[in-house]
Parts: sequence; C-alpha cells; structure tokens
Amino acid sequence: MHNDNLISVEHLYRRYAGLVAVRDVSFELRRGEVLGFLGPNGAGKTTTMQIITGNLAPTSGRILINGLDLLDRPRQAKGEIGYLPEQPPLYRELTVDEYLRFCARLNRLRRDTITAAVDRAKQRCGLEQVGRRLINNLSKGYQQRVGIAQAIIHSPAVVVLDEPTVGLDPIQIREIRELIRELGEEHGVILSTHILPEVQMTCDRVQIINRGQLVFSDHVDNLDRRMQSSSLILGLQQPPAQNILGALPGINDVQALDNHRFRLLHAAEANPAKAIAQQAVEQGWGLFELTPEHKTLEQIFVEITSSEQSDTGTEAA
Amino acid sequence: MMVFTLAQRELRTLFLSPLAWSILAVMQFILAYLFLTSLNDFISLQPRLQSLESPPGATELVVAQVYGSAAFIFMMVVPLLTMRVISEERRNRSITLLFSAPLSMTEIILGKYLGLLGFLLLACLMISLMPLSLLFAGPLDLGLLLAMILALFLLTACFAAIGLFLSTLTLQPTIAAISTFGALLLLWIIDWAGDQAGDIDASGVLEYLSILRHFETLSRGLFSSTDILYFLLFITVFLVLSIRRLDADRLQH
Repeated sequence: MHNDNLISVEHLYRRYAGLVAVRDVSFELRRGEVLGFLGPNGAGKTTTMQIITGNLAPTSGRILINGLDLLDRPRQAKGEIGYLPEQPPLYRELTVDEYLRFCARLNRLRRDTITAAVDRAKQRCGLEQVGRRLINNLSKGYQQRVGIAQAIIHSPAVVVLDEPTVGLDPIQIREIRELIRELGEEHGVILSTHILPEVQMTCDRVQIINRGQLVFSDHVDNLDRRMQSSSLILGLQQPPAQNILGALPGINDVQALDNHRFRLLHAAEANPAKAIAQQAVEQGWGLFELTPEHKTLEQIFVEITSSEQSDTGTEAA
Repeated sequence: MMVFTLAQRELRTLFLSPLAWSILAVMQFILAYLFLTSLNDFISLQPRLQSLESPPGATELVVAQVYGSAAFIFMMVVPLLTMRVISEERRNRSITLLFSAPLSMTEIILGKYLGLLGFLLLACLMISLMPLSLLFAGPLDLGLLLAMILALFLLTACFAAIGLFLSTLTLQPTIAAISTFGALLLLWIIDWAGDQAGDIDASGVLEYLSILRHFETLSRGLFSSTDILYFLLFITVFLVLSIRRLDADRLQH
C-alpha cells in the first residue's frame, strides 16, 4: 500500500517572520488520483505547492515523493515531479520546440528519447501546430499549455498544477480539464484552484486549506453529498398567503423571492416536492416552477472555512 | 553536463536579443578606431623609435593600448550583460523552472556563469583579431599577446562574477547593472587612494585589492601566480556568494 503513495507530506510547517503560512499539514497522494487543493487567497495553497516542488524549504516536516525524501535527496525527488506554477515559467524568446527540448534536457532525459518526449508532450497538450512559433507570440491559452507540457515532459510520477485554467477561454478550459483527468490516470495530480466547479469536475479528492491548516479532506462524492439540496424554489401564478406555504408538511421556513417565487427550506433528509406539487394542483395555485436548489461548492466552502474561524475564535476565548 | 545545457541556453538567449550583437558591434567599432589611431601614431613615431637601443615593438605600443582600452570598455559593458542573468529570471518567474528541475544551485550558477564566459571569450577573441592582423605586416611578440588575451579574459571573468552575484541580489536588472558598474569602478580606482595616502602599508593593501594592478602586471607579460590566484580567488568568492544567495531564496524568512 505504501508504495502507492506518490506523495506523503508529514507535519509540514512553514513560518515567515512572525507568520505561520502552513501549519501542521499532512496529506497523501495516491497513484491515479487527482487531488484538488482549495482555499481562500493567502491560505497557504501556493506555499504548500512550492514546498512540495522544492522551491521553498519547509520550516519543519517531511516530504516523501515516490518514496524519496525531498530534503535529503532533492535531485532524485525533483525528477519525479512536474510543476506548473501560477505563472508558467517560460522563456519567451525561444520557440515551443526549443523550450521543450531544453526542459527535457534539464530533467536529464536521455538524448535519444528527447525528441519522442517532446512530441508526446506536444501532442497531449495540443501544441503540434505551434512547435516552431515563438512562445512570446502565443496566446495566453497556448502559453499555459506550453507550461503544462513542460510539467509532464519527463512523465513524472506527480504533476503539480497551480491554477492551470486561469485566463483561458471556456473551450480551452474544457480541454485542459480533460487533460488533467487524463493525466490523473497514470500520474498523481495535485491541482490548486479558485474555481470550485473545476474541483467537482476533475478531482477525486478535495482538500480545503484555510489559514495554513487543512480543514477539510474528503472524497469528492462525499462533498457532493454535502451539497445536496435542503431548499426548493417554488413559482406560483396565484400564490396563497406565505403562512399557508409555511404550514405545508416538511417545510421549515419560507422566503419570498418576489411576488410569485418562494424559497422553501426543508430538512435535508425529506424532500417535500411531491407533496407541494400535489397541493398546488389541488388548490389551483398555478404552479410554474419547482426546482431543488443545490448548495454550491461555494456555500460549503464558506461554511467550512467560516465555521473553522468561529471554532478557533471560541478556542481563543 | 547539465551545466553545459544551461550555459548553452544562456548564450542562445543572449544572441537572440539584440543586446549581445550591439555590444559586440559597438566594442569592435570603438576598439578598431583606437587600434587604427595608435597604429598611425606608431608608424609616425617609427623613425625616432629606431634610434633607441632596444625599441619597443608594435605589440608593446599598439596592442597594449588596445587591450587597455578594451578592459575599460568591458567595465562598462559587462554590467549590461550580467544584469539580467538572474534578476530577469526571477522577475519572469522562469527561475521556478530551474528550481523545480533536478538541478543543484551550484549547477544553476555555474551554468549561467559559463554562458557569460562563452560570450566574453568570443568578445575577447574578436578583439584579438585586430592585433593578429598585424602579422601580415610583420612579426609580433606572440607570448606577450597571449598574456594580454589571458589577462583581458581573466579580468572580464572577474567582472562577470561580480555582475552575476549582484544580479542575484535584486529583481531589477537596472539596479544590478548600476551596482555592478559601481563595484567595478571602485575596484578599478581603489589604489588611487593608496597612492595619495603615502602610507606604505595601507597603499600596499589597496594596491593588492585593485583589480587594475593585477591586470596590468599580467598584460605586461609578467606571469606571476599571485595575479592568477587573485583572479581565481575573486571569481570563486563571488560564485560561492551567488550560490549561497540563490539557496537563500528557498529558505527566505
């Protein structure tokens, strides 16, 4: 089992003068897994990624990459990682081919395998057409792809992507997400992002980091379950008085959105939609909308991060 | 191996920007002008020189003039070359690529430095073409010429080491350039104070520190290990400092 852990991070701390950016973070990444890393700005996402990729030294803690200790054997361990930082590290004066060849050599690929590696990376990232163009002249989306190609050129065990879809158009975003899923099949992928639906779509597991601490770590399916609706939007042509709606079985509260639309809050276990529809038809309320409201990941995110804050607040008091 | 990959890219990047070309062109032009004027002077002085017991040759008069001026021009040019080496990579965040690759900091610095040396060697050789052209007209003191080329190359190698170090200190290439220039100028003139103070001990130390003195002895053909050691020590110190500085990036507090 242990061999399947591509990354294991143990009790990671990182202090900057007077500020603890990362506090006791421990997690694991298994082969074939896409791990989403979420957190508000300044939560320590990027710091954690920089530490894992060897760009920043941790104050204390241990990082094993494919069984290699990053601090004791940085060279071997770094060879197992591909990293796309927030801003892709490109040499804009080179062509895509030149740049990728250079990256391949930096990662100590054998001379005779370089061409094949470059071709494969280009093909996976959809860069075949632009190989001879200067990176500087490429659009932001293509530059981002070159950044990803750079991260996967040496087929590392782990690919770390820091906000890979920022600044891309919707089609490109979809392509990149597909690519991430594809990468997740062979490699382990760590993905940091602000965009919450992206996590739902691409990740197997989610970790939420807030103020340097991991506050949530679970399977995406469980997260989906937490997102299950506990409210309905009800639209009626001839609505009855609000208290009649409130008296319907299973309804905890009613909020009027406008003259015809209401939000009905109910217990998460029981869905009263069927009863409401029946009532509406019998009473002739003129039902035109009845939709379960999904909690967005945003809401869960806010719930988790803010409950964490109030927890620490009470501890302090 | 990895060092050469880095050096090669560094050189390539230099020549992909117009900076390297314009530096080479301007230097060559100015030195060619100087070379021709001093050659002209030499030829007009020739009758009077003939009357001396052991007249100084073209190598001592003309060529030494060229290399002396070249050293001075390099003092202004090298900061422009070295200023962007690390600071620009930091600014563009492309340094992350090197930090995440399986490379040690030593390899990164040596690679960059070697790339710079490659350019400086090329510049030195191009300058040397002018004195060598005199071989068509007559004999040259080739030993002395070689000593001059070596002196110039070692001098510029020192300049590059300081420039590289100062480039690791800042994000702004211009600040790296101006501080490198300041440091080089100070090293150049540091023995002037020693001359005036009249204090033998102090002037000895300052004279030893002055990079110009070591350059002058070597380019006069006096191949002393002190000078060579001075240059090598100088380069090593600044390279080690650069490596330490780059490593501190990871440890920043």
